[in-house]
Formats: sequence, structure tokens, C-alpha cells
Amino acid sequence: MELTDIIREENLVYKKSPLLTDNVMHYCPGCSHGVVHALIASVIEEMGIQEKTVGVSPVGCSVLAYNYLDIDWAEAAHGRAPAVATGISRLHPDRYVFTYQGDGDLASIGTAEVMHACNRGENIVIVFINNAIYGMTGGQMAPTTLVGQVTSTTPRGRDVKLNGFPLKITELLAQLDGTGFVTRQAVHTPAAIRKTKNALKKAFENTKKEKGTSFVEVVGTCSSGWKMTPAEANRWMVENMFPKYPLGDIKDI
Amino acid sequence: MAKFRGAVVVDTERCKGCDLCVIACPSGVLALAREVNGKGYHYSEMANPDACIGCGNCGPVCPDSVLTVYKVKVQ
Repeated sequence: MELTDIIREENLVYKKSPLLTDNVMHYCPGCSHGVVHALIASVIEEMGIQEKTVGVSPVGCSVLAYNYLDIDWAEAAHGRAPAVATGISRLHPDRYVFTYQGDGDLASIGTAEVMHACNRGENIVIVFINNAIYGMTGGQMAPTTLVGQVTSTTPRGRDVKLNGFPLKITELLAQLDGTGFVTRQAVHTPAAIRKTKNALKKAFENTKKEKGTSFVEVVGTCSSGWKMTPAEANRWMVENMFPKYPLGDIKDI
Repeated sequence: MAKFRGAVVVDTERCKGCDLCVIACPSGVLALAREVNGKGYHYSEMANPDACIGCGNCGPVCPDSVLTVYKVKVQ
């Protein structure tokens, strides 16, 4: 059988979601952000809510997310995405509002915003990309950086006496009464990607059911910040990140 | 058992050569090319097209969504 017999429209198994624009992503090779962008695009496409979805992009590598997903976007000040999403969601209760934040944005400067948005039970989805580092600014230590992890501001590894402990903010948010669905996923294998997609779909469906804030953490890699190849970064993540940040649903009501 | 044949089409100019699809491929179909694209990346290509079963594992793992996967049942 020739390749031209296989490459036909009726034999299509997987293609880029039409919600993703043709802009080439500015992310480094192998970055987890691209995978999560594609998942969000395919979930919105499958649910048919392109015209009713509003994203709020953070400060960090994903600040330019509005260039890649063909939906309505707002750009928030550093860490303030849940506050902006609160306003949009309250003014337009019929919209599916989500924030897309990294660990430097959400778990450090935006801790107060995310805590209180979740405590109020705002009807929004929060997508949290945790790669344990400030990627965009040059690989500095983030609140989620692991103990002993080398970053540009902890060249001898994170020292708990000096820098404190890694912040497990997802577990903290699960304690709040306002959150309805809190989960932690990853995107390093095809199976993990399918699970993350299901989690994102459930989160957006919870918006329709008004079940409170849905929080989806995705443990990701930063191969540039970690100074590794994408494949090494995935292995490092499985060996070091998953024991501290175990995958699975933390809360589902 | 029915056999499947597949094919992967790579948008070579958008590919950043991260190697994740090569690792995700269970049949050893994909490999990074010797040549580079316009941005200097060794892009992914079907080095062993006959082995492709169209499982679609490579598509979602690609951070830049450059892969399109086709699959057909062989009688």
C-alpha cells in the first residue's frame, strides 16, 4: 500500500485542532505549554463553546497564549488572573471563563488572588502549569521548586533553612469549600495526556453545572530552565517531581 | 487479527526537533532528520514508514501540533 492511499481525509486519526492558530509558538522545543494549549483547544472544540469561552492569560512564558488559541482573551497583571476572571465570570455568567497560569504567577505573586477566588467558589476554571521554576525570566527558584533543586538563584540547590519548603498549593486549595474539582495531572506520555484532557473537559463541564471553582494542575517540564533535553526533563520530572507532586484527583464533588 | 497501516505527515517548517514524538512512537517509525529546517532544527520524519500502525500516539505529545496522523485497515 502506498502512502498516498493512506494519507486521505477519510483515514484521518489526529490533526491539529482548528482552534489553534497557525502562529508558530514561541515556546522552547519540548515545552509542556504547547501540549496543554492543544488539549484546551480540543476540549473547547469538542464541547462547541468557542464563542462562549474567555481565557485569562498570566505573566510568564504563557503570557502570549492569546496568539495561539482562537478564543476571546484578557491579559491580567502578574498573578491577578483569578481576579480578572472573577469579574468576567460575574458580568457574563453564561461564559466559560478560565485562567491559565504558571507556578511563578499563581503560587507566588498571585497566591492571595487564587486563594480568595477559590474560597469564594467563583465559577471559573484555573489551569495551573507547575514546572517548579520561573521559566521566562531565566530559571529562578519558584515557590514550587523542589528541595535541593538547582536553579539560577539557588546554585547549590534549594536549602530549606534559607528558602523554605516547596509549596503544595493544589492541596491547600482542595481544603477550601469553594473548590468543586481539584486534580493534578501531567502531559509526559500519551496516556497522561488523555487523562489531562478528560480532567480539563470535566472542569469546563463543571462551569456549566456551577459546581464552584475547578482547579487543574499540570505538572510540566521546563527543559531550558532545568538545563536538560526534553526527554531528560520528562524522566527527571517522573523521578523527582511526581514523589512530591503525586498525580490524581484530590477533590471531586 | 486485522492489520493497520498508518502514515504521519510532519509540518517540517514548524517542527522544533524536540524528539518527544520519536520517543512516544511504539513502532520506531519516526526519527529526526539529518537535514535541518529553516530555523535550524532537525525536524521529525518517517524514517521507517512501513512500520507505522497509525496509533496516533505521536500527535498529542507534540507541543507544536505539527503532526497529522492517518490510519487505514488492511484486509
